[in-house]
Amino acid sequence: MTTITKLPDPVAGGSKPSYRGKAGRARKTGRRRRLGDLRIALLFILPAMVGFVAFYLVPTVRGIYLSFTEYSILGDPTWIGTKNYTAIFGDELFWNAMGVTVQYVGLNIGFQTIIALGLALLMHRVAKSTFIRGALLLPFLVANVIVALLWFWMLDYQMGIVNELISWLGLPRIAFFGSEQWAIPTIAGVNVWRHMGYTALLIFAGLQSIPNHLYEVASLDGASPTRTFWSITMPLLRPVLVLVLVVTVIGSFQVFDTVAVTTGGGPVNASRVIQMYIYQKAFGESDFGYASALSVILFVILALVAFIQMKFLKGNESDLD
Amino acid sequence: MKKTLGAVAAAAAIALALSACGGSGPASAEAKGEINYWLWDANQLPAYQQCADDFTKANPDIKVKITQRGWDDYWTTLTNGFVAGTAPDVFTNHLSKYPEYAAKKQLLSLDDAVAKDGIKLDSYSKGLPELWVGQDGKRYGLPKDWDTVGLFYNKAMTDSAGLGAEQMANLDWNPKDGGSYEKAIAHLTVDKNGVRGDEAGFDKTNVAVYGLGLAGGGSGQGQTEWSFLTGTTGWTAKDKNPWGTKFNYDDPRFQDTISWWAGLTEKGYMPKLETTVGASLADNFGAGKAAINTTGDWLIGQYQSYKGVETAFAPTPKGPEGKRASMFNGLADSVWAGTKNPAASVKWVEYLGSTACQDVVAKKAVVFPAITSSSEIAAKAFADKGTDVSAFTTHVKDSTTFLFPIADKAAKVDGIMKPAMDAVLSGKKPASSLTEANDQVNALFK
Repeated sequence: MTTITKLPDPVAGGSKPSYRGKAGRARKTGRRRRLGDLRIALLFILPAMVGFVAFYLVPTVRGIYLSFTEYSILGDPTWIGTKNYTAIFGDELFWNAMGVTVQYVGLNIGFQTIIALGLALLMHRVAKSTFIRGALLLPFLVANVIVALLWFWMLDYQMGIVNELISWLGLPRIAFFGSEQWAIPTIAGVNVWRHMGYTALLIFAGLQSIPNHLYEVASLDGASPTRTFWSITMPLLRPVLVLVLVVTVIGSFQVFDTVAVTTGGGPVNASRVIQMYIYQKAFGESDFGYASALSVILFVILALVAFIQMKFLKGNESDLD
Repeated sequence: MKKTLGAVAAAAAIALALSACGGSGPASAEAKGEINYWLWDANQLPAYQQCADDFTKANPDIKVKITQRGWDDYWTTLTNGFVAGTAPDVFTNHLSKYPEYAAKKQLLSLDDAVAKDGIKLDSYSKGLPELWVGQDGKRYGLPKDWDTVGLFYNKAMTDSAGLGAEQMANLDWNPKDGGSYEKAIAHLTVDKNGVRGDEAGFDKTNVAVYGLGLAGGGSGQGQTEWSFLTGTTGWTAKDKNPWGTKFNYDDPRFQDTISWWAGLTEKGYMPKLETTVGASLADNFGAGKAAINTTGDWLIGQYQSYKGVETAFAPTPKGPEGKRASMFNGLADSVWAGTKNPAASVKWVEYLGSTACQDVVAKKAVVFPAITSSSEIAAKAFADKGTDVSAFTTHVKDSTTFLFPIADKAAKVDGIMKPAMDAVLSGKKPASSLTEANDQVNALFK
């Protein structure tokens, strides 16, 4: 309908005023129709809207309110101003949690993106069978907690199959989840394993959107495969890569279940990621106000990270234009 | 990944909606209807089901629905239930949890019922009923059982090491050289080449059987891990128990004990802390990877269930002053303040705390009931099954028990002490670092 109003007037000037009147009427009916669509549109949006308001908007606003209170879930919240926030800045465990989380995100995103990119290229160029492409997605189809438990058992110090192999090779056993050095790399590794297929699929979709003729031209010009990759594939893949990065980084910052079912934050504080700390404060120590303040801080950090990524990697522009 | 929290919220929302549907009935003053009862120990479920059946037989108007949940889920589900209005009418309560529930007004005071129905509090083992009186002076539970700690050892291993039952029952310990307790542990440790821990050429990096098993750092209580040692030095966790607000983790007696204990790992007599993540103390014992475990009497049944392993029990070692010590912990049944059926709930709690029910539990030989006479029946039931439980009852007989440290803000204390103890036990920090943790804990109460 909007095209009607955008149509260029075929006859410029005032030679046919009657036509103008007609066009004006058309414009009016167009607006009326638009308003009529609004109702229908609202009806269609409604189910999603109800969900959004009930499960996102209200909890978020309430969470922000609770972050300024002392609240133990049993009883009413009491307003304490910004006390929670000032306490957080002096809280060693918070800074430790941030450090651990950043370490996790770095390892997880670094490995995941590179491996996924490699897999996507293989899917694009080599493995054309749907079966193999589908198989890459399999780990993602298993629930997070199951994946975590599976690896927890396989990497067990005493009885895990991985340590049995290591000791069969004559090497010392490794306490994958038990030692401070290994806990976060292990958890990051487990999640890379689960998510790489899915991330590869997203990147693969991006690869397919790159027009084939560009590659043909490049090969006619005698560009080497490496040169083609850096000069054609990477720049044109950028919008998709940015989207993938934004989504995976946000997801990665919120790692919780893998930690919860394996180390529970330990040993000492080595794997107490920020979500684990929030959970501990809220559901373990009934300090929902403090936990809400931590969540708000995480929310702000994630918003900033997403903004910076979009801004500096120009995720909303494409070089194809 | 954030779905987990979302799922909890969704579950809570659903629970809320459900409770709204069922929440129309007014609180009944009459003792009838159905009441919900929760417990976490699956081993005790048959005994309490029997009690429930007997109870309904005597009170046909009241039905008791028992739900068993594992320890880990038990407390979060319970807290969610308090908020959503779906908590059980009556539930098994723990000393580390009830102070907070009482402070948040989630527990029904039982004083009136105790007075009205003439419950004899002195029929319970000494010290147990007082544990359940809150900071406000009100009673929030009737004792149901008690437990002490002992040494669980692999008899085949002590036999081949030449340690008799008599010797195992008379070990002594001190924080300096560990006494005959450490000697026994060292002797029971065997490396891959069959060399014992106290012999020359012992390879501590390649241990096949550890003298002493390790469950974890024990957080701020160390009930089964170290409290039976610190208890013999005269050290107490707090200035006052229950309800003290000044903790003593900076005391040299405590820190020396922990230092000695952590040193066992260094010597190769005890597994490293990092190997305990995801592992089960009892299962490693069952697999023959440790000769001695220190744990509580509620696990007697489990330790006896390992095929091919004969488990024997010895009392904890005597301390520097020649006396033993064991933490005395007890569970109780509490009534939720939000129950729609307080009369029936109180009646059920009274029945659970009565000789009738506790005798039934005693005969199953799984735990020691709180009532003294029922406890004797339990000891006899154990003996009939061929189990000598004197290692656990001796503490009660000789009054060498001390009470579980009861404090408000237990979860927050735990949040500080667990990482602090783990850091010491893993060798990352010296025991003196616990002074700093103590300051943090004490700051919670200012």
